[in-house]
Amino acid sequence: MKIVIEDLFFSYPGGVEALAGVSLKIEPGELVAIVGQNGAGKTTLVRHLNGLLQPSRGMVFVGDWDTRQHTVAQLASRVGYVFQNPDDQLFCRTVKDEVRFGPLNLKYPSERIEELVNKSLGLTGLIGKENTNPYDLSPTWRKMVALASILAMDTPVVILDEPTTGQDAASISRIADIVAELQRDGKSVVTITHDIDFCAENFKRLIVMGKGIVLLDGPMHQILAQDEILKSTYVDPPQLARLGRGLGLPGIVCNQDELFDQLRRSEAQ
Amino acid sequence: MALIELRDLTYAYPITEIPALRNVNLDLEEGQFLAVIGSNGAGKSTLCYTLAGFVPHFFKGKLEGQVRVGGIDTQHAHLNDFVQKVGLVFQNPFNQISGSKFTVYEEIAFGLENRGVPRGEMKARIDRVMEMTGIQDLGERSPYALSGGQQQRVALASILVLQPSILVLDEPTSQLDPIGTREVFQVIKNMSQQGMTIIMAEHKTEWVAEFADRIVALADGEILMLGSPTDVLASPLLPERGVGVSRYTTAARQASSEDLWPSGRPLPVRLDEAIEGFREILP
Repeated sequence: MKIVIEDLFFSYPGGVEALAGVSLKIEPGELVAIVGQNGAGKTTLVRHLNGLLQPSRGMVFVGDWDTRQHTVAQLASRVGYVFQNPDDQLFCRTVKDEVRFGPLNLKYPSERIEELVNKSLGLTGLIGKENTNPYDLSPTWRKMVALASILAMDTPVVILDEPTTGQDAASISRIADIVAELQRDGKSVVTITHDIDFCAENFKRLIVMGKGIVLLDGPMHQILAQDEILKSTYVDPPQLARLGRGLGLPGIVCNQDELFDQLRRSEAQ
Repeated sequence: MALIELRDLTYAYPITEIPALRNVNLDLEEGQFLAVIGSNGAGKSTLCYTLAGFVPHFFKGKLEGQVRVGGIDTQHAHLNDFVQKVGLVFQNPFNQISGSKFTVYEEIAFGLENRGVPRGEMKARIDRVMEMTGIQDLGERSPYALSGGQQQRVALASILVLQPSILVLDEPTSQLDPIGTREVFQVIKNMSQQGMTIIMAEHKTEWVAEFADRIVALADGEILMLGSPTDVLASPLLPERGVGVSRYTTAARQASSEDLWPSGRPLPVRLDEAIEGFREILP
């Protein structure tokens, strides 16, 4: 489902202007990462996609819906939002109830609900924890429950707000697999993150925000090559890009495969 | 005698059977910066709680072995006897912010008020920590109307202002951007150089490699490795037990299996070490 944001402005009550004219389009099936300093407007921007915030000026379309004409409840069928802090999101007594809540609310047929719930529990590694109270799980697993409960809603757009914070290596790689799976299903994934390594390895398009506007927007490799602007926004290049640069390898190295391609090529010369 | 001594520490939370920590032995000297790493559920937070006395004084449960902090056996001492020595910064700043104060400034003053610190001194100390933690402009804001990263800075400031001799931090940079992460690591490193003893649970091993003096890696509640950042982070035991390491180490490990890393050279844990090593094999 296509997302169109046109000249979006937003000020919080009290006058802090968090967005100062943002325009962008996100095509179905795109994997988009948004980075920028704390306070750059990242969260404010994505909260417009599911109607949690309404534009002070400008427009946001999700498919053919103008978000101002639709409720958060309606938009929930199109945009799933996984919060940064799972405790902002979870309230059911068992993991299974929590994951079932979304699709039940969207009034999917019961067979489809069961199928979606089981698939989501499987993807997030929660099989065997269905009957546990989410608050008896560690914060890491609660984050997986929050993710599963959104996946189960089978929305064409999924937003992941800081999905890797506090997660260990195994669970970060699980999240990466889920992002790939969502793309295979034709869904768009938008993430906000400070984890530039995770971005470079799993997302195709990078948007850099600063002071409420989009500073850079384009394919991952191209944007990561913009040293000066990235530096001015305090976005550190990914570790492997820094290594590639340090070794004088051509282009931008985004992941380990690219690094090894380059190493083998230089060695063969 | 080390400032912190753990002897055969085994601890299980109430109504659990599997201990969260098992046979942990650890000595820490005054002024050292120890990083605690490990996969989720390895026992990092529990170790933090134990050093700060929250285990077993708050969480109860069953503790065997000995925990001595500044010569005091924490299990048998009253919390008051060592609470002034140790400060704990929680993983989730929400658990830390008192909820009883309307402004960040008052929040940071809370601990000092409880201790009856004179007003003039209080003000000087608060101003200093607010500047150190980069929140000097947030004094009049509500602690609840801040971003996650700003709340983490407030939580850190509200503990630093108490000037504990031992500072325990549970993933204090999880919600911070890279510049915020660097600032917090730098503040903590400075504290340690001034003699404060630091214990910090952290997933970001590339930062730990740069700042910590020693690292303890935990797995399933036990000490997997204890040593210098280079020794611990380059060990093959870490990936085997699900502990994340930097891309530099992972790439070099893969490279050494394909003869793309100089044979006999230790694996890198930092960028400069990785560049040096790979340069040797490039034409």
